[in-house]
Amino acid sequence: MSTTHAEHSHHEQSFITKYVFSQDHKMIAKQFLITGFLMGFIGMMMSVLFRLQLGWPGESFPILTFLLGENWAPDGVLTPDKYLALVTIHGTIMVFFLLTAGLSGTFSNLLIPLQLGARDMASGFLNMLSYWFFFLSSIIMLVSLGVEGGPASAGWTIYPPLSALPQAIPGSGLGMTLWLVSMAIFIVSSLLGSLNYIVTILNLRTKGMKMTRMPLTIWAFLITAILGVLTFPVLLSAALLLIFDRSFETSFYLSDIVVAGTALDFNGGSPILFEHLFWFLGHPEVYIVLLPSLGLTSEIISVNARKPIFGYRAMIGSMLTIAFISIIVWGHHMFVTGMNPFLGAVFTFTTLLVAIPSAVKVFNYLTTLWKGNIRFTPAMLFAVGLISTFISGGLTGLILGDSALDINVHDTYFVVGHFHIVMGLSAVFGMYAGAYHWFPKLFGRMMNHNLGKAHFWLTITSVYGVFLPMHFIGLAGVPRRYYSNSAFPLFDSFIDLNEIVSAFAILAAFAQVLFFINFVYSALRGPKATQNPWDSNTLEWTTPVEHIHGNWPGDIPAVHRWPYDYSKPGAASDFIPQTVPLSEYEKDEGH
Amino acid sequence: MITFLIFLAILLAVTAIVQMLSIYDLTSAIKGRKAFEVTERENKMQAFLWLIFVPSYFIFILWQYLVWGKYMLPESASVHGEKIDGLFATTWLIIIPVFIITHSLLAYFCFKYVYNKDRKASFFAHNNKLELAWTVIPSLTLATLILYGLKTWNSVMSPIPDEADKVTIELFARQFDWTARYAGEDEKLGRSHFRLIKGFNALGVDSSDANAHDDILVKGEFHLPVNKPVEFVFRSQDVIHSAYMPHFRAQMNCVPGMATLFNFIPRYTTAEMKQKTSNENFDYILLCNKICGAAHYNMQMKIIVESEEDYNKWLSSQKRFLASN
Ligand code: HEM
Ligand SMILES: [Cu+2]
Ligand SMILES: [Cu+2]
Repeated sequence: MSTTHAEHSHHEQSFITKYVFSQDHKMIAKQFLITGFLMGFIGMMMSVLFRLQLGWPGESFPILTFLLGENWAPDGVLTPDKYLALVTIHGTIMVFFLLTAGLSGTFSNLLIPLQLGARDMASGFLNMLSYWFFFLSSIIMLVSLGVEGGPASAGWTIYPPLSALPQAIPGSGLGMTLWLVSMAIFIVSSLLGSLNYIVTILNLRTKGMKMTRMPLTIWAFLITAILGVLTFPVLLSAALLLIFDRSFETSFYLSDIVVAGTALDFNGGSPILFEHLFWFLGHPEVYIVLLPSLGLTSEIISVNARKPIFGYRAMIGSMLTIAFISIIVWGHHMFVTGMNPFLGAVFTFTTLLVAIPSAVKVFNYLTTLWKGNIRFTPAMLFAVGLISTFISGGLTGLILGDSALDINVHDTYFVVGHFHIVMGLSAVFGMYAGAYHWFPKLFGRMMNHNLGKAHFWLTITSVYGVFLPMHFIGLAGVPRRYYSNSAFPLFDSFIDLNEIVSAFAILAAFAQVLFFINFVYSALRGPKATQNPWDSNTLEWTTPVEHIHGNWPGDIPAVHRWPYDYSKPGAASDFIPQTVPLSEYEKDEGH
Repeated sequence: MITFLIFLAILLAVTAIVQMLSIYDLTSAIKGRKAFEVTERENKMQAFLWLIFVPSYFIFILWQYLVWGKYMLPESASVHGEKIDGLFATTWLIIIPVFIITHSLLAYFCFKYVYNKDRKASFFAHNNKLELAWTVIPSLTLATLILYGLKTWNSVMSPIPDEADKVTIELFARQFDWTARYAGEDEKLGRSHFRLIKGFNALGVDSSDANAHDDILVKGEFHLPVNKPVEFVFRSQDVIHSAYMPHFRAQMNCVPGMATLFNFIPRYTTAEMKQKTSNENFDYILLCNKICGAAHYNMQMKIIVESEEDYNKWLSSQKRFLASN
C-alpha cells in the first residue's frame, strides 16, 4: 500500500463521520454485526410466534394480539395468511439479512484488512455505501410489515403467480412491492461489498502475504464474494422481471390465469422460468451463507486445538469445488416441476457430487482435532458445534439431492429440518463462533465465558430439539408452509411432537437472550482485552486493542510464514505469529 | 396486568444476570486471573460435556424413532414406490453409520485431546495418503448411490407404454380445491381453455370437442382401480400448486399455463391398506404441497383405491360432462 499511516490518522473526525457515515472497515463491521443481529433477533421472534400456532393450533395467545395487533391475530389466534407472512419474512430475514449481510458484512469487513495487513478496504466509500444500502433495505423490509395487506407472504422463494397476484394472497400487494424493492437494494449492497472484498484481497496484501499464506477465513470470504458477484445479479433480473409482470402487465412468468373468478390477460409466460432464475442464486446462496462460517471455524478450530488446520490446500480446494458445483445444481429444487427427466438426472448427478468436497472438509476438521490440545472457549464450542450440524444436516442432503427420493420428501417438513440444520444452524454457529472469538478485536473487551458456555449448550440442545423431530414429521408426509395440520386426521399423531418442537423453539429463543445480555454488557463494561488473547498467529492480533484509523501505528508488518504454525516442533511456544521470520532450520509450511 | 408482570420478571432476570456478571468480573480481577483464561477444570468440564452430549443426541434420535417412527408413511402403495423405498433404505444404510462414526470421533477427540499445558499438540498439517483416501472413498460410495438413484429415477419417470391399458385422470387445482377429470370411455381428455372457465364449467372444458362429452368431473374424492396404470395430467388455473400423494410416493407441481404428467400403478386397495396399517380410519389422500395462499393447509381430496369392478361401478354412477352442462 502506498498511503502511509501518517496521512491516515491526522484528520480529526466528527461524531457523524466516525460512528454513522464511517468509512473505517472496523466500524462498518460493527454496524453490520449489530444490524444483522437485530434483524436476526426479529426473525427469531417471528419463528417463536408462528411456532405457537403450530404447536397449539387454534389456541388463543393474547401475546400474539398484543405484539401483532387485531388484524393479524384476532383473539390471540394468528390468521392463516399472516402465518404465511411471518414465515416468509422470517425466512427472508434469516437467509439474507442475518446470514448474508450480517455474516459476510461483519467478518469480511473486519478481517480482510486486518488479516491481510491492509490499512483499510480498497474503497472505504463503497464500503460505507454497502452498509447504508443494507440498512435501507432492512428498514424497507421492516416497514413492509406494517402496510395494507401485510408483507410478502408467498414464501421466501416468492414464486409467481402467487407473488404476482394480490387477488391470490393479500401480501402480494404493496407488501410484495416493498419486498422486491428492499431486495433490489439489498443486492446492490451485497454487490458493492463483494467487489470491494475481491479487490482488496487481490491487491492489498502486505509484503510476504502470498495467496497461499492467507488464513482460510480470507479464502472463504474471497470465494463467497465471487459466488455472490456471479449469482446475485441473476436474482436481481428475476426480481425486475417480476416487477414488470406485477406493475406493467408484461407476461414473463404468467399465462392462462383465472383468479377470483376473472380471467387475466397474461399470455405465454412461465412461472418455471422464475424458478430457474431464482434458484440460480438461491442454491449458491446457501453456500454464500455457509462458506464464511466454514472459514471462520477453520481458523477458530486451528487456534484452539493449538494445531495447524489439517489439509490447508485441500480445504481451499474443497471450498473452490463446492462453490463451483453449487452454481450447477439449482435444478434440484425443481425435480417435481415437470422438468425433463433427463435434466433431473443431470442435476442429481451434480448435486450428489457436492458431498465429496463436503466430506473432505468434515474429515479435515476431525483430523485437526485429533491429537490437538483443545481449549474450549465459547468460540471453540460453537465451532465444534458447527462440525456436528454440518454432518447432521449434510447427510440428509443425500436424500433430497437424489431426484427419485425427492419426489416424496420435496416441500415436506423433512426439508425444513434439513436446511435449518445444515445451513441455518451451521451458519449461525459459525457466526456466533466468530462473534465470541473476534469480540476482543471488535470491542476491545472480553465476553463472559460462563454465559457463553451456557449459551452454547442451551442453544445446541434446544435447536436440535426443534429441527430433528421435523425430519420424522416430514417422513409422515406433512407439508411445509402449513398453517396447521389439523385439517388432516392422518397427522394427528404428531400433536405432541409439535408441542415439543415449539417448546424447544421457545427455549432456543431464551438462550439467545443470554448472548444478547453478554454481548451488550461486555461491549460496555466487560474486562479489557489484551492484544492477543487467544495466542493466535494471524495479523489482526498485532494491531493495538484500541481501534485506530489505518490499523497499525507504524509500518504494516511483513509476513514470513503461513498462519498455522501452532505447536511446531522445536519452537519454544505453541504458536509462531506470521510476522516471525523463518529460522534457518524451518521449512515454509505454506509452500 | 399479566404482560406487565412478565415484563417485570424479564427485567429482574436481566438485572440479576448483569449483577452476576459484574461480580464475576470483579472476583476474577481480585484473584488476579485473566478474564479470558479457560482454566483446566473448565476445559475438562466442557470436554466431558461433549462426551455425554453426543450419546444423548443419539438416544434422542432413537427415542423419537421409537415413539414416532410408527407414524411415518407405511409401505408404498404404488409399484414404482417400492423402488423408491429400496433406494431410500440403501441411502439410510450409508447415512446412519457415517453419522454415528463421525459424531463418535468428534466426541472422543474432544474428550481425549482436551488442553493440557504439559503436552504439545501434534504438528500434523497434511498427509496425502489420508486425504486421497477420504476423497476416493466418498467418491466411490457416491458413484454407487448416483447410479442406483438415476436408475430408479429413470424407471419412475418413464411413461406408460402406449399399448398398455390405462386410466387417464386430470387433476385440476385452484385456490383452494381439487377437481379430478376422468377421460371416459374414449380415454381421451377433451380440450380445455382457461377462458372457458366459468361457473359450472370449472375446468374450462371445451364442449365443442367430441372427446369432452364423456369426460367425468368429480370433487371431494376420486377413485382408482388397483393394479392398473394411471396417467395423471396436472393443471392449475391460478397459482402453482403441487399434487402430493405421499402413500403412492407421487408428487408433481400443477403450473398455470402448462400441463405436467406423472403415472403410477396402485398396488393396494384402500381396504387392504386399512389392514396393513391396522387403522380402520386409514384413507389415501391427495394434498397440496406448494404454498398457494391462505388455505394452502387445507386443500385436499380423498383417494379410494378399489378393485377394477368396484371402480367401474363407481365411475358409471358419475355424471358425464355433457350431461352436467
Ligand atoms: C429459533 C430458531 C428457528 C426456528 C424455531 C425456526 C422455525 C422455522 C419453521 C418452523 C419454519 C417452517 C414454517 C413452515 O414451513 O410453515 C421455518 C422456515 C424457514 N426458516 Fe426458520 N427457524 C429458525 C431459525 C432459522 C434460521 C437461523 C434460518 C437461516 C437459514 C432460518 C431460515 C428459514 C427459512 C429460509 C424458512 C423457509 C421460509 C419459507 O418457507 O418461505 N430459520 N423456520
Ligand atoms: Cu439447492
Ligand atoms: Cu394449493
